[in-house]
Amino acid sequence: MEHGSFTDNSAATFSLTDEDHTIANAVRFTLNQESVHSPLFLALINAGPRITFCGYSIPHPSEARVNIRVQTTGDPAREVLKDACQNLMLMCRHVRSTFDKAVEDFKASNAVKAMKIDSQDSSGDDSEESE
Amino acid sequence: MAEGAGEEKKKFSIWDLPDVPMGQLPPHLELQRTRVSCNKDAPIHTESIQYSGAYASMGIDNSSRLDRFSNNFRVEVVRLNEDDMEFDMIGIDAAIANSFRRILIAELPTMAIEKVLIANNTSIIQDEVLAHRLGLVPIRVDPRLFDYLSENDQPNEKNTIVFKLHVQCKRGSPRITVKSDALKWLPNGSELVKETRNATSDSSSKPETYTYFGCSQETVPEFVKNPIIPKYPDIIIAKLGPGQEIELEAHAVKGIGKTHAKWSPVATAWYRMLPEVVLLEDIEDDLAEELKSKCPVNVFDIEDLGKGDIVLGTFPNEEFGCQAGRRRATVARPRACTLCRECIRGDDWEKRVALRRVKDHFIFTIESTGALPPEVLFTEAVKILEDKCERVITELS
Repeated sequence: MEHGSFTDNSAATFSLTDEDHTIANAVRFTLNQESVHSPLFLALINAGPRITFCGYSIPHPSEARVNIRVQTTGDPAREVLKDACQNLMLMCRHVRSTFDKAVEDFKASNAVKAMKIDSQDSSGDDSEESE
Repeated sequence: MAEGAGEEKKKFSIWDLPDVPMGQLPPHLELQRTRVSCNKDAPIHTESIQYSGAYASMGIDNSSRLDRFSNNFRVEVVRLNEDDMEFDMIGIDAAIANSFRRILIAELPTMAIEKVLIANNTSIIQDEVLAHRLGLVPIRVDPRLFDYLSENDQPNEKNTIVFKLHVQCKRGSPRITVKSDALKWLPNGSELVKETRNATSDSSSKPETYTYFGCSQETVPEFVKNPIIPKYPDIIIAKLGPGQEIELEAHAVKGIGKTHAKWSPVATAWYRMLPEVVLLEDIEDDLAEELKSKCPVNVFDIEDLGKGDIVLGTFPNEEFGCQAGRRRATVARPRACTLCRECIRGDDWEKRVALRRVKDHFIFTIESTGALPPEVLFTEAVKILEDKCERVITELS
């Protein structure tokens, strides 16, 4: 649900039901990070923030609702919030792939270690490397 | 830093300062941005500077664009086994790390006993206490294979797991302890027959029970090798004296930790920022010994400097024989630091040792209760955050 003004869409409050700090604080972070990137000399140059103010509040602890306030430097607040969510989603996706890869690598390296120890045990040779 | 400022105050000119390279923060601001300083009285610079334009006046972009985030983000697994893991998450803001933690604790589903139908309970444990204890028993089953049981649904093989518990302590025999392995899985659903109000119901059909299973859960391929049992067989549920008996049926359903902690898939999940211990000056000999003994978790080590600063070649033998080498304190195990701040107590110690925390380096620990392995739990948690974002996006468009 969006509460804004009809004439100025650069500032609005969004009311999310069934949500809490979990998403609100994460979105606040990505909103704060939103910046305009203009293509200049073939490279994306940061041309300043898109946000002048953002914050969130939980009006009442026994009501499952969070209000996110967004005030932008000109873009529609709705679009900036959407972009922020999109960014958060992409970050999550990257976290997931990095994490899965790290776990896989860890398991693989551990399997190799275990094999080494096994082979040492079976040959009864304890003079070799001790880890 | 503090004492340096005092000396420079006398004749300080801004033109004497070296230029800060373009696109870089001056060191003191960089320190405030990336580290929490734990001083004797209180930690300072605890906030994370999130605003992309925070340093715009210096021409510095504080936004972490996705490509920059992707390049910097790292995960290093420290420990991983069947039910707990520890890993380092580097290059992420506390806001997002905290979202993962909150989801792990409160929003990941598991199966837990929700309804207990008590046929007989003559033990000294009251029915409601017994039901509560049963609810907290972790069950080894993948919750992703089940659906939520909503209010209007009938319990069936897709949303309910049924356990039976029937134990009896014979008269004249010693007291017995009922443990969680007494819970027996009923793959065909409830065995308790519902009392029918109309006596005219035909006796030919199967008697109506409390569940409506279409087929046996044993036919699900995932359960053929892995029957559903409580994760630990030795959780004490009740104690029975001679002549006492418990007969009940427990129905487990899917839920999340937000509703009740029994559905939380983690014993706990937490993170801490990486401690950083910096020696601001060389700490030698007696001071080094003092520093080492100050620390209760043994963060510091002492290294022998050997010949010290005697120029090589002058009286090497004499030096070697009669003079003990100088010793210097080193930071050997900063990860062990609990930031108890013992080492910066007392006169001047704050000038010698700096305790800091790295703001974007999290040591994350997940202890699973057994339904899913910890690495799967984390992946699922990240997926849930993605779903939440998607929900907001679809609601806005």
